[in-house]
Amino acid sequence: MEHEKNLNKRLEQRGVSRRDFLKYCTLVSATMGLGSSFVPKIAEALTSPQRPPVVWLSFAECTGCTEAVLRTTYPWIDTLLLDTLSLDYHEAIMAPSGEAAEKSLHDAVKKGNFICVVDGSIPTADKGIYGMIGGRTFLDIAKEVCPKALATIAIGTCSSYGGVPAAAPNPTGAKSIKDAIGVATLNIPGCPPNPVNFVGTVVNYLLFGKLPEVDDKGRPLFAYGKTVHDQCPRRSHFEMGEFAPSFESEEAKKGYCLFELGCKGPETFNNCPTAKFNEGTSWPVQAGHPCIGCSEPGFWDNMSPFYKSL
Amino acid sequence: MANRVVIDPITRIEGHLRIEVEVANGKVSNAWSSSTLFRGLEIMLKNRDPRDAWLFTQRACGVCTYVHGLASVRCVDNAVGVQVPDNARLIRNLLMGAQFLHDHIVHFYHLHALDWVDIVSALQADPKKTADLANQVSPAGKSGVNDFKAVQTKLQNFVNSGQLGIFANGYWGHPAYKLPPEVNLLAAAHYLEALRLQVHTARMHAVFGAKNPHIQSLVVGGVTCATDLNADRVSEFLFLLKQTKDFVDNVYLPDVLAVAGFYKDWGGIGGTTNFLAYGEFPQSEKEPESLMFPRGAIFKRGIADVQPVDVALIEEHVKHSWYEGDKALNPAHGETRPQYSGLDVKKRYSWMKAPRYKGEPMEVGPLARVLVAYGKGHEQTRQLVDGTLKQLGVPVEALFSTLGRTAARAIETKIIGDAMEGWTMQLVENLKKGDTKIYQDYEMPETGVGAGLNDVPRGALGHWIEIKGKKIGNYQLVVPSTWNLGPRCAADKPGPVEEALIGTPVADPKRPVEILRTVHSFDPCIACGVHVIDPQTNEVYKFKVV
Repeated sequence: MEHEKNLNKRLEQRGVSRRDFLKYCTLVSATMGLGSSFVPKIAEALTSPQRPPVVWLSFAECTGCTEAVLRTTYPWIDTLLLDTLSLDYHEAIMAPSGEAAEKSLHDAVKKGNFICVVDGSIPTADKGIYGMIGGRTFLDIAKEVCPKALATIAIGTCSSYGGVPAAAPNPTGAKSIKDAIGVATLNIPGCPPNPVNFVGTVVNYLLFGKLPEVDDKGRPLFAYGKTVHDQCPRRSHFEMGEFAPSFESEEAKKGYCLFELGCKGPETFNNCPTAKFNEGTSWPVQAGHPCIGCSEPGFWDNMSPFYKSL
Repeated sequence: MANRVVIDPITRIEGHLRIEVEVANGKVSNAWSSSTLFRGLEIMLKNRDPRDAWLFTQRACGVCTYVHGLASVRCVDNAVGVQVPDNARLIRNLLMGAQFLHDHIVHFYHLHALDWVDIVSALQADPKKTADLANQVSPAGKSGVNDFKAVQTKLQNFVNSGQLGIFANGYWGHPAYKLPPEVNLLAAAHYLEALRLQVHTARMHAVFGAKNPHIQSLVVGGVTCATDLNADRVSEFLFLLKQTKDFVDNVYLPDVLAVAGFYKDWGGIGGTTNFLAYGEFPQSEKEPESLMFPRGAIFKRGIADVQPVDVALIEEHVKHSWYEGDKALNPAHGETRPQYSGLDVKKRYSWMKAPRYKGEPMEVGPLARVLVAYGKGHEQTRQLVDGTLKQLGVPVEALFSTLGRTAARAIETKIIGDAMEGWTMQLVENLKKGDTKIYQDYEMPETGVGAGLNDVPRGALGHWIEIKGKKIGNYQLVVPSTWNLGPRCAADKPGPVEEALIGTPVADPKRPVEILRTVHSFDPCIACGVHVIDPQTNEVYKFKVV
């Protein structure tokens, strides 16, 4: 009871309605495949008085993963920034630049007990000179910071597996964080990934004090446990042999299966069809475009040409 | 004696940028812009299926997501000779419009505002005075005393927690911050409000584009969202558009004016000389004639004399970039090779090349578009620009500045938002008539060349393709941030941001917030800006630039 009062008080202080908050916790719980009994625990984890420090490093990337996380609505990004986490370093949104920014990184690393999130891969050719911040290579920075973190979360396919910078012929010798510096990472691949999967992972960490169960490619099973194909609402068309032969066909307008147009759903593990993107608005197959397999290692080479059927 | 100041990393931008300046007598006397990341997308594209190019190029940038995807499908449409159906043009315009709205709002509030707004000072504000001020400048909601009190409490609790996160080590209390506490609180409240609003703005992309960032409904020949062409989806889009337009009209534009009123001196700082716009938003299949924002070039600030654009006169220089050679070369005869030689601002200091048009550095982006449209007599642009100048009580010359660039961004946001309603209704009219065509089939030619000229949130963007054996022979991007943030050229002329920084006051070289104001006003996007030729074959430059 006392516990509940405290939670209510903290929510109130943060200007969050209890109803909205529990709605959010229910969604996270569902995404992670946990029962409803976990809802209050998730609520507790998300409002702990000391916010867990996060250091976010950006390497050879396009900032799409950061933008994806900015779209989170459960919780809203302002809640995540002000109430849930302490984002102590993130170049794309932090106030200070230059030396003052470097101080933020230095302070956070020195204090320790932080979670490191990395987007972007690491160029390793020619001693890493293809990516530098403050006169240091990405490679050096990663080697210094990541091993000191409680855990390193690779967000996006670039930091998870190399991604687009590593596409053949990989001009800069770009590698995943794990391959570049040899630390274990939890991977949230996708180009970019659905923020629900990132937040679900963070919640798991806050709740259980550990990262979620992963598959052999380092991906959380709650999000990447099934193929896109197995969860696809157009699956029955596949079973019936009802395929769209071209983008202007009547079959395309009827929402038939996109397998013949190159859909990589059968070989791609992700929860796009059920979680959907941007407040559950849509996902590629719903918008009539084949899945390109963006959460699989090496997809830029292994899954292309993208419009050729498997 | 001049002081050297290096700011690396420049934060609140996309990508990795380093700025070095020389400060003498409290002002910047010289500046160098360096980009410090190189990925080499163009090399990867070689020998791939031309239909796949857009999926790769969209990953040039996740902040200006979509734009490199659109530029690519337009370029390949051109190469294969396909005319996309009217509905595809409209949907592509709507997605582009949504991108502008999202990009500019996020830029102002989340990337640029903290250069002008002292968030800590907001704690001292009287929420009642903030509410009075808010009610004077606009009819926006969430502007009662209690709304601002709630924001102030939220900030106070945050500060009390001792964990300042992204706000730690900011330049709070710097003498260059001029806003009274009440205006700082207003802006802080809108910083938070915009964080939520942008989620809905981006959702417009998901309606016809599957997701954001990195939409997935474009194809060479049109768009794919066949099953989204219904009343539900159109209403959803219009709802989200209206929500964003309300914010633009009642929050964003009034905030820009309110903040600008305290920084009028910045109407005389941060200007450049020449401007280039490719133009954007085709209103029919005729280009460039039907572009809503017209194509044009302006030299020496001569807005009364907008000149036509001949892209054959674009050159890319590498004398100060990490590539071999130092000649000004026409892209058709390039022979450069990447060669990192350490950062030395006297010699070579960036992965970016230095594009020049008729030998001149050209600013691209919102200010260039607005100046070209103004010069060519675009009615709504003239009204909004004249109204803004009048309200601020500044002369037309004030447009050539950091302030002018920031105001131009807000002005075009309004123009685009207004136009999007019309495009949506045109789509509805087509659907009502039973026209649901969104894709036109085509044959991939054995060989061909194509170009796609676009004007995207950060400025003029060109993609060029050469098809050989039905595959990509060569692919090239010349992008806005290379124009704006590239280094010096063969003639040692500074790039636009380097020119703009000269004369910028610097009160405290250790806390160079004034420099950030001008750099951020260009909305740098560095991942886009860095591209390179193939080091083995040097073939990327063998384009006939059309």
